[in-house]
Amino acid sequence: MFEAVAFYLFAFLTITMFYITVTTSQALYALSALAAGMIFISAFFFILGADFLGAVQIIVYTGAVMALYAFGMMFFDTTREVKENHGNQYIVVGLGTLAAILVVVIFAVPMVSTNMQAFYPMTEGAGNTEMVGMVLFTKYLVPFEVAALMLLVAMVAGIVLAGKKMDLSLTLMNAEEIQEIEDQKNKKVLS
Amino acid sequence: MMEIGLNHYLVLSTILFTIGLIGVMRRKNLLLLFFATEILLNAVNVGFAAISHYYGDLTGQMFAFFVIAIAASELAVGLGLLIVWHKRHGTIDLDTMTSMRG
Repeated sequence: MFEAVAFYLFAFLTITMFYITVTTSQALYALSALAAGMIFISAFFFILGADFLGAVQIIVYTGAVMALYAFGMMFFDTTREVKENHGNQYIVVGLGTLAAILVVVIFAVPMVSTNMQAFYPMTEGAGNTEMVGMVLFTKYLVPFEVAALMLLVAMVAGIVLAGKKMDLSLTLMNAEEIQEIEDQKNKKVLS
Repeated sequence: MMEIGLNHYLVLSTILFTIGLIGVMRRKNLLLLFFATEILLNAVNVGFAAISHYYGDLTGQMFAFFVIAIAASELAVGLGLLIVWHKRHGTIDLDTMTSMRG
C-alpha cells in the first residue's frame, strides 16, 4: 500500500520535474528542476532496497554533477532565453516514444522469454551495502579499477581544458604564441 | 493496481527515457542538451535497479554504479570542451558548430 503510494507520488514528481527540464526556456529553471528530479529518482532506489545506490545518486548527482553544472553556467550567458529547435513536434514526440519503447523491449524480451536465474544472488542476512561491497570487490574488481582510472583521466582533462590561468589557454593559442611564453620562462630562469 | 511490479518500473523508465529523447531532439543549446543526456542515463538506472530488485540479482545495481561513474566523467570532459568552445566563439548553440560542413 505505502509502496504503491510512494511509487505513484515519486513517479509523478519525477516526470513533472524532467518535463520542466526539457521544455523550459530558462537555463536556471532547467538546472533546478533537474536537481530536484535527481533527488526524486533516488527515492525509487530506496523503495527498491538499493540503499547504497540511492545514497550514491544523491551524493554524485546533486553534490558533484549539479555543482559542476552550476560552475559551468557561470561561464555562459544563461540569462537570455534559449533558442529551440521548433520543427514538427509530432515527429519529435513520436520518434522519441518509439525509440524508448524499442530500447526497453530489446532489454526486457530476453529476460521475460528465458527463465532467468540470478547470476550473483543476494546473500541472506547481509545489508545492501555489504552485498554491494562483496560483489563489487570480487566479481567486478577490474571494471571498478578501470572506472577509477577513467574518472582520473576525466579529472585531468577537465583541469587542462578549464583550469587556472583563464586568460591564456594553450588550447586556443597557435605554436608561435606558445613558443613566446616558453622563451619568457627560459629568460626568467637564466637571469 | 496496488501491487507495484517490475512492469510499473519499466513503464516509468520508458516514460523518462522518452522525455530525455525529446529533450535531445528539440534542444539547441548544448548545456541543455547535456541535461537531457543526464535524464537518459537516470531513466536507464531506474530500470537497472528495478530489474536487480525483482530478480534478486546485484548485477543491475553494479551496472547502475558504472553508469553513474560514466555520467560524471562525461560531464567533466564535456563541460571543459564547452568552456573552450565558448571562449573561442562566444556561443554554445548547436547551429554555430558548422565548421566541418563540406
